Amino acid sequence: MLWRIMKQIIDFEVTECAQMGPNYALLRLRPLRGEMPSIEPGQFVQVEVPNSKTTYLRRPISVNYADRHELWLLVRRAGAGTNALCNLPEGARLNIMLPLGHGFSTDVRGRALLVGGGVGVAPLRMLGRRLLAQGVEVHFLLGARTSADVLQLDLFRQTAETHVATEDGSWGHKGLVTAHPILQEPWDHIACCGPMPMMKAVAAIARERGIDCEVSLENVMACGLGACLCCVEDTADHGNVCVCQEGPVFNIKRLKW
Amino acid sequence: MVDLSVKIGQMCLKNPVMTASGTYGFGEEYADLVDLSRLGGIVVKGTTLEPRQGNPYPRMVETPSGMINAVGLQNKGVDYLVEHIYPRIKDYDTALVVNVSGRTVEDYAAVCERLRTLDKIAAVEINISCPNVKQGGMSWGTTTAGCESVVSACRRAWDRTMIVKLTPNVTDITEIARAAEAAGADSVSLVNTFLGMAIDVERRRPYLSTITGGLSGAAIRPIAVRMVWQVSQAVKVPVIGLGGIMNGRDAVEFLLAGASAVQIGTANFIDPQVTIKAIDYIRDYMERHGIERIADLRML
Repeated sequence: MLWRIMKQIIDFEVTECAQMGPNYALLRLRPLRGEMPSIEPGQFVQVEVPNSKTTYLRRPISVNYADRHELWLLVRRAGAGTNALCNLPEGARLNIMLPLGHGFSTDVRGRALLVGGGVGVAPLRMLGRRLLAQGVEVHFLLGARTSADVLQLDLFRQTAETHVATEDGSWGHKGLVTAHPILQEPWDHIACCGPMPMMKAVAAIARERGIDCEVSLENVMACGLGACLCCVEDTADHGNVCVCQEGPVFNIKRLKW
Repeated sequence: MVDLSVKIGQMCLKNPVMTASGTYGFGEEYADLVDLSRLGGIVVKGTTLEPRQGNPYPRMVETPSGMINAVGLQNKGVDYLVEHIYPRIKDYDTALVVNVSGRTVEDYAAVCERLRTLDKIAAVEINISCPNVKQGGMSWGTTTAGCESVVSACRRAWDRTMIVKLTPNVTDITEIARAAEAAGADSVSLVNTFLGMAIDVERRRPYLSTITGGLSGAAIRPIAVRMVWQVSQAVKVPVIGLGGIMNGRDAVEFLLAGASAVQIGTANFIDPQVTIKAIDYIRDYMERHGIERIADLRML
């Protein structure tokens, strides 16, 4: 890319903190001043966590939706920091650094399967909309433990054909996403975001069948800017590289798994 | 009129706030968010003679008011710095300091030698305090003899300002500081991280691939302040204080403890603009207290 969007630190106001069952919340945010910079599907933000006694660092969260006046973050209650974010009241202020990292490739043709697991579905609808606008045939495949963990299903269905797999069979196909029959169809491209075992399994299938595939990693991060070198992934071409800077999205060709 | 400028050896800083090595990359990582020309100085990432891949992931765990890292001096080596990075950063209007590390005494000296060709590098910071490497690093900084051998070799290879970065993982840090001074250091910076460890109790495994790592952040600040106070009484060379500075108030605390300048590290991860806010705070503080020069900031 010859040009790039400058990183910024912006104060936001929480316009809504919608609980999505006991484990997730959707934060809808509005910049207090000015407009949002443009954000690519799969990029992330670093959120300062207010009112959290036991946490210290910012939390990296992938962007669920963004336009010039609004930012959505889909957050899983994974620990004290994300818990505090999910409990924010309407009107709370949040300091956010964005946009960060490199998102999904949009240089895609033909048929694309976008596979999400749990809260990993967060960045996929933005990507799907972008690919649809380019004339790509897009399908979503969403995996979750139970129907309660299938997030934003209605929004996905409004966007493109959506397939669901739940481990307990309470919604859609029973079993893991990797056992869903839709994966057996011919695909030109797979984009995947979810728990590590799921991404590794999807990557293995893509590799075996020669399908171009990208995954979004969530290695533990400190700075989010490529300075501290904490979040590295060991790549086939350049050894340890920062997930926050060269990722979070990687083509599986670069990964050693 | 408040004068924020500070002299460390032959190096002039426009203000006493520098960034700590390993937390600020080469400065360029923060350029979108910070006016780098306002900084007193940038201490760039630890550089070794040969490229290093560092330690395996996971390398970081958050702890109460801090974090433990085990990066292990990942860097592309001094030749890459000289050829590719230096041309990009050399015109930053701030003092550039290269943090130098190595396995052997000869490694340290060779890196210094190689850096001599770079006019805009104001100083080296000799890192005898990295807790995350198997050979070299901290092992040189835990004995007076080890400190003396590395520092004298670097002194012979480097004629500009030489700072020696000390580890707090010793019984008496003043002994090591005095050894560094005697071997020709123009300044000592302290403290590097404290050796720490954290365990994921559900998985019953350590969080870090290396089991132990270096603890930084606000959690270590009172110990760092104490050590800066002790060392500033033990040596004549200027002391650069660091360890858990989160804001301008904390920076002033180190200056009052006897530091001539400070470095801010981990706090950059939480607020990338913390350095600029700290500089503004120090100016306001000095005006409020009627203090004109940094050297006059002292405890009553």
